[in-house]
Order: sequence, then C-alpha cells, then structure tokens
Amino acid sequence: MATFTLNPRRRGRPAPELIFGDLWPYDPAPETADPKLLARYGLFINGRFTPAKSGQVFDSINPATERKLAELARAGTADVNAAYAAAQRAFDTTWGRMPGRERAKYLFRIARLLQDRAREFAVAETMDGGKPIKESRDFDVPMAAAHFFYHAGWADKLDYVAPGRRVAPLGVVGQVIPWNFPLLMCAWKLAPALAMGNCVVLKPAETTSITALKLAEIIQDADLPPGVVNIVTGAGEVGAAVMGHRTAAKVAFTGSTEVGKSILRSLAGTDQKMTLELGGKAANIIFDDAPLDQAVEGVINGIFFNQGHVCCAGSRLLVQESIAGRVLAKLKQRLQVLRVGDPLDKNTDLGAINSREQLRKITALVKAGVREGAELYQPACVLPARGWYFRPTLFSGVTMSQRIAREEIFGPVLSILTFRTPEEAVEKANNTAYGLSAGVWTDKGARILKLATELKAGVVWANTYNKFDPASPFGGYKESGFGREGGRQGLLDYCRLA
Amino acid sequence: MRGAAASFPLFSPAGGGILRDLMNAGPSASFRRLFDEVGPVDSVGVEERVAKYATRSLKQAAKLWGLRTAVAMVDLTTLEGKDTPGKVASLCRKALRPSDDPAVPPVAAVCVYPAMVRHARRALGPGAKVRIASVATAFPSGQAPLATRLGEVRAAVADGADEIDMVINRGAFLAGEFSRVQDEIAAVRDACGRSTLKVILEVSELETYDKIRAASFLAMTVLRPGDFIKTSTGKTALNATLGNNQVMLEAIRDFYLDTGIPIAMKPAGGIRTAKQALQFLVAVKETLGDAWLNNRRYRFGASALLNDLVRQLAKERTGAYQAPYYFSEAATSY
Repeated sequence: MATFTLNPRRRGRPAPELIFGDLWPYDPAPETADPKLLARYGLFINGRFTPAKSGQVFDSINPATERKLAELARAGTADVNAAYAAAQRAFDTTWGRMPGRERAKYLFRIARLLQDRAREFAVAETMDGGKPIKESRDFDVPMAAAHFFYHAGWADKLDYVAPGRRVAPLGVVGQVIPWNFPLLMCAWKLAPALAMGNCVVLKPAETTSITALKLAEIIQDADLPPGVVNIVTGAGEVGAAVMGHRTAAKVAFTGSTEVGKSILRSLAGTDQKMTLELGGKAANIIFDDAPLDQAVEGVINGIFFNQGHVCCAGSRLLVQESIAGRVLAKLKQRLQVLRVGDPLDKNTDLGAINSREQLRKITALVKAGVREGAELYQPACVLPARGWYFRPTLFSGVTMSQRIAREEIFGPVLSILTFRTPEEAVEKANNTAYGLSAGVWTDKGARILKLATELKAGVVWANTYNKFDPASPFGGYKESGFGREGGRQGLLDYCRLA
Repeated sequence: MRGAAASFPLFSPAGGGILRDLMNAGPSASFRRLFDEVGPVDSVGVEERVAKYATRSLKQAAKLWGLRTAVAMVDLTTLEGKDTPGKVASLCRKALRPSDDPAVPPVAAVCVYPAMVRHARRALGPGAKVRIASVATAFPSGQAPLATRLGEVRAAVADGADEIDMVINRGAFLAGEFSRVQDEIAAVRDACGRSTLKVILEVSELETYDKIRAASFLAMTVLRPGDFIKTSTGKTALNATLGNNQVMLEAIRDFYLDTGIPIAMKPAGGIRTAKQALQFLVAVKETLGDAWLNNRRYRFGASALLNDLVRQLAKERTGAYQAPYYFSEAATSY
C-alpha cells in the first residue's frame, strides 16, 4: 500500500546554513512613556514618605547605562522600628478589625490604579532593573495587577479558604523581596498578606526599590489606612533588621538560599512563622518524541526570560541522547536571532544584567564552566558599550559534577546534559540541592503524569515553561524553600487557623 | 525531521511481512508513521511563538524596507468566474506599476486562471518583470482526473505561465495514500517543464499542525530547489495564518538543513493589511533568515494587500495618511 519517501540525500553539497545577518535590521524602537521618577525617594512609613532618621541616602543605578536614576533613603534600625510600630498600630486600630469586604475594596483600587499607570510602571521597572520592556509591559506589571485582583476577590470569602476552620490574620508580617521581579514580588507578598488582614513591613532589594516606592504612591492614592503597608529601603542589614524584628508575627523571604538559611537560623526557637522562596537549578527534560521546535522555544523562554534572573529558570537542559545533536543545533540557531541590548527597546529579547556584582558572578561561573571542560557557545551579537550585559550562553557536554550543573548561576547560561532513559532523567533532575521547578517535553501524556510525581520540584511544567497564575501556588522543595505563594495555599501561609 | 528513520527496514516497501501490513492498516497507521518520521508539532507552542512576532516594532527604515519588500513579494491575484481579459489586463498594469511613486517596485507575479494566462501574457509582453502564475489542476478542489489536471497544467505553461499553483489531492492525503499524493505532485512537476511549481496544501482542510507539517514534507521531497509550498487557495474559510505559516517555515528550514534543497514559501489568502504582511516577514527573518527575504523564496498570495502596502508607503513618504479615495478600496478593482 502506501509507500512514500522523505529522504533525498545531500550529495556532495556543502552543509547548508541559515544566514541571520543584517539584510533587514530593525530600527531602534524605544518605549517613550514617562516613568515619572522622583530625584529622591524617602522611606514609606505610616502612610508618608520620610527621609531616614540618619539622613543617609544611596544611589539607584540604571544597569543599562550605569547612570544614577534616583537617590533612596538608607533605613536604620530606628526607621525599621518606626515602620513596625506603625504597622502594629494599623493592625490594632484599623486593618486587623476591618471586615474582609472592606479590605477588598482597597485591594481592587490598588489593582486598578496599577493598571491605569501600567506603561509608566513598566518603563520604571525596566530602567531600574534592566529587564526588556516587552517583559515588564507584558508580564511583570499585568501579573502584579492580577495578583491584587485575585486576592481582592478572596478578601470577603476567607470563611471558605479553609473549610470547617476559622481564619484570623497573624498581625504584622516582615517581607524581604529580591531584585529579579521587583514589582511583581511586591504584589506576590503584599496582596495575600493584606487580603488576610495583616499589616506589612516590606524591604525591596537594594538595586531595585523604585517600583516598590512607586507602588507606595498608589497605596497613598488608594487611601489605604496609614501604617498598613510600610516600605523601608537599604542593603542587607536593613533586610536583616526587618527579618529579625520581634514584632513580626511572620516573616516571608524571597531571595538566595544562603541568606534564607541565615534567616532560618536567626528565627530558630521563636514562635514566628516563616516562608522562604529561595534558589533553584531547574531541569528542563526533552524526550525524543517531543515537538522539538516548540520544546526549543520553551527552553529558550525558560532560561533567557529576564536574562535568566529567575529562581525557577530552566538552567539545566536534559536532552535524550538520540536527539541531543539536533536540539543543540536548533538552540544555536534560535540564539542567533535573540536580540540583546537596550532594555527600553521594544524589540529587545535580553536586557541588562541587574548589577555589576551579578555580572561578575555570572562571568566567574562561565569561566569555571570552560575550565572544567564544558563546551561553550555564544552568538556573535554586539553588546552596548555602556551598561552591564552578558551574551546568551550555552554549555554542551556538561556533567553533573561541574559547577555550572550544580550552582545557581542566575544569568543567561544554559547547561546541557544528556540522558538515555526516563529513570536516568529523573535521577539527574533530582540530583540537586534545589527543588523549585522542572519542565517535561514529550508527546506522551502518561509520561508527563509519571514524571510530575517523580520530580521533586514545587512546579512541573509540561510542554511549556514559566507559566504563572495568581491562582496557582508556587514554591519549592529542599533548599528552594518552603511555603507557597499564590492560590489558596498561599493565603493559608498568612493566617492563623482556629 | 527524522529523515534517517525512512530507511529503517521495518518500514521499507520491500520488507513485507505482518508488521508492515499492521503499520499500513489504514489512514490512522499511515499518519502515525508519517508523524513519527517528521516529528510532531505542539499547537500551543506554535501559537505562543507567533504571538511574539506581532510584538516586534518596526520603525523608520526597517518599516520602509519591509513594506517595499512585501510589495515585491505579492502575487497579485484574481481568481473569479467573472474575470475578463480586460480585468486581467488592468491587473497586469497594476502589477507593473502599483503606485505613481516610482520607488514602489512592481509585484512579483500576477496569478490568474489558466484561461486568462494568454491575456496576461499579451498585457505584460514577453520577458516582463512581472511573472505570470496560474492556478491549475482543477483549482480549488483538485477533484478531477489526473490526466485532466495535467492537461490543464500543460496548457497553462504553453500559454506562457511562468509558475503553476497546484492543489494537492487532499482526499488522498486524508485517506493516508501518501505515495499517491507524492506521485501526483511529481507528475505535475514534470508537466511544468521549466515553470516554477507551487504546491497548495490547503491547510484548512488538513486541520492540524501535525498534518500541515507532514504534508509539507511529502511535497518538498518531490520538489525542485526554488519550487514553493503554499498554504491555501483562498477559497476556504481559514487561509494563511501566522501559525500555519510558522509550521511550514520550520518544515522548510528542517528540510533545507537536512538536504540542502531550498524550498520557497507562499502564504495566501487572509493577508489583507500591511501590518499583517510585516508580521509574516518577521517570521521569515527569524525562522529562515536573510536568504528567504526575497521574492524568489517568499511570496504573498493576495489582492487587497497591495493597496494597503502602497497606502502605508505613501504615509511613510508624506508623514500623513492619504484620503482613502486615492487608493481603490475594493480588492477587485485596480
């Protein structure tokens, strides 16, 4: 019956190549909305912006240009104390007693105001953190608003969040957030805490505090009672003061595993609750029956989204041996059309590395990868003369013992390993101190379900990657932390059950 | 693609035996085998990829280059029962000179029914810059005996068609008779002589991305370098989309890297605005690269598109949108 041919041979012709040259270069397409930045931002305590008691300030730098964006107040212990006092007062007098349906109105208001000012916030986020404008515009800001909307919806339905139990707010919570998704992490932390009736002292990352302070402007505009949300800025010692304060009924931290461990140590023996969302070294696993082009696209999205500054980044690629060559070739092609450059350009795929310090760390780990024998590939893209940038990088021939396969790089660097059987894939994927996320690419549904149970990771994405929703809990196993953010589970981490 | 698997003895036509009979047990088994050879497509992933093309922002010189290139890629088409020699002649004049602005290039080709080829040839003259394409093979259904279809192709070529747009036998494809599909394409290819062949898959009748990819490979395998695969006839509800364009571009890319044979691509139907055309070109740039950004390797089968491209070019030149009556709004009047 049916016979057909699909294999005309390439006789004597040279190996064909695709040319991704400059026949049709895209002109600069900068986003021009005004980020409405102030020259100087104070601390946001008790509903007002105030300078630090010590009068100290520090600069916030735009990583794409290395120029100063604004001056921020450096909080001291006295400021943190004042923030906690304001939060406790607000909890005792207004927010903690307010019916959920009233709190919901405030949260809805914040969400809508954020949507109204979405472009302004997207530009500010990109200038402050270096991420491409298309990501802050299409992901960070809309998702931040979505988290407020989602939790506003919960605020008057808390009687149903834990069927058969009564829930009560904890009191004041201390929160420290990282620099990779400054505004979004702010929303992840604030929205559930506020919906549940808690008051907050929050510290944004030192290099990316501006959108948190802009959100404080929205909080003012939304007429939130003074003290419900307090934002203190500064470096690690301010974070330590927020995390270690005796007033905090709970602390929530997102950031590096190293800092997370030290917080955990300092809280040992107290009755303070805590949740930690820490690092990751996620495995993205491609089986030989996967739709390869879409898998490659997902892998690219998994590791180069936000320059790889993502705790759930798919930084280890596990490819089935039989298709490893083809997947590597496709990845290299795809890398050639990634556009690295000015984060404010709407066509930029990879923006600036968040800080000089982070750039140094990435560079050191990539050097270690080369030294330890992995094969490096970087496309020949031109990087801007000023600012902190790093080429998208692939390492092939990686083994499990190399540093680039074990340590979180937190940059645009993908380590590629191979496997033969599904068992070996699971074994390698789980052979890490982390357990935040994983990805599986296969056409076989049963295999997806099997791996989802065997992979020790808080999230397992199947035939997709980096998908988030406020209704879906996110969090880790092992050294990736504990506690969940988002969904019902995330809310339960901000309440007392009775 | 999985070209290597094609020589696996289990599947070889000479292999025989129960296993082969099982594998050939019907359309479903045939498709399974074909998908296994060319690899599957994930529709959600494709849609996500192409959504990113629409976010590319083209400004200034990039926009101008894109618009001009798109004009030069148009196969200006009229395929109606009411086509007359006069209508075709005016189509040809529009094709040669789409705008009073001399910077706007002529289009790539006019596309007409076989009976109109000689009128187009007379209007354009021999050796014209604009090529003549003719749909043949009982377009759009293809439901005529092979001999009739081949006769139509030969007649169109004899009348002066530089390019033949054929439809594949979807009935045979959906029934799993892949060798018949290929044999018919090969027969049409031979009947084309030196004329370029474009193979219309009619994607909306194939329904899934898996089948679009599979049909692309079936066609490409029997085509010559520079022949086209084409999305659709324009006569069904759903025609060219960024999604099926992407699936076919990726098939062309995989086939090229495997065999060194460059196959050209023509999305047709449903591309009406300059904005859409630019998004399709972005897909070409980012999937196949510079070598496909010309009208030997990429075409738009369209009619209304041309005037929108000309309108946008005028806007780029003058900085203002011109009144609509400067351009004919109706797709059917030139």
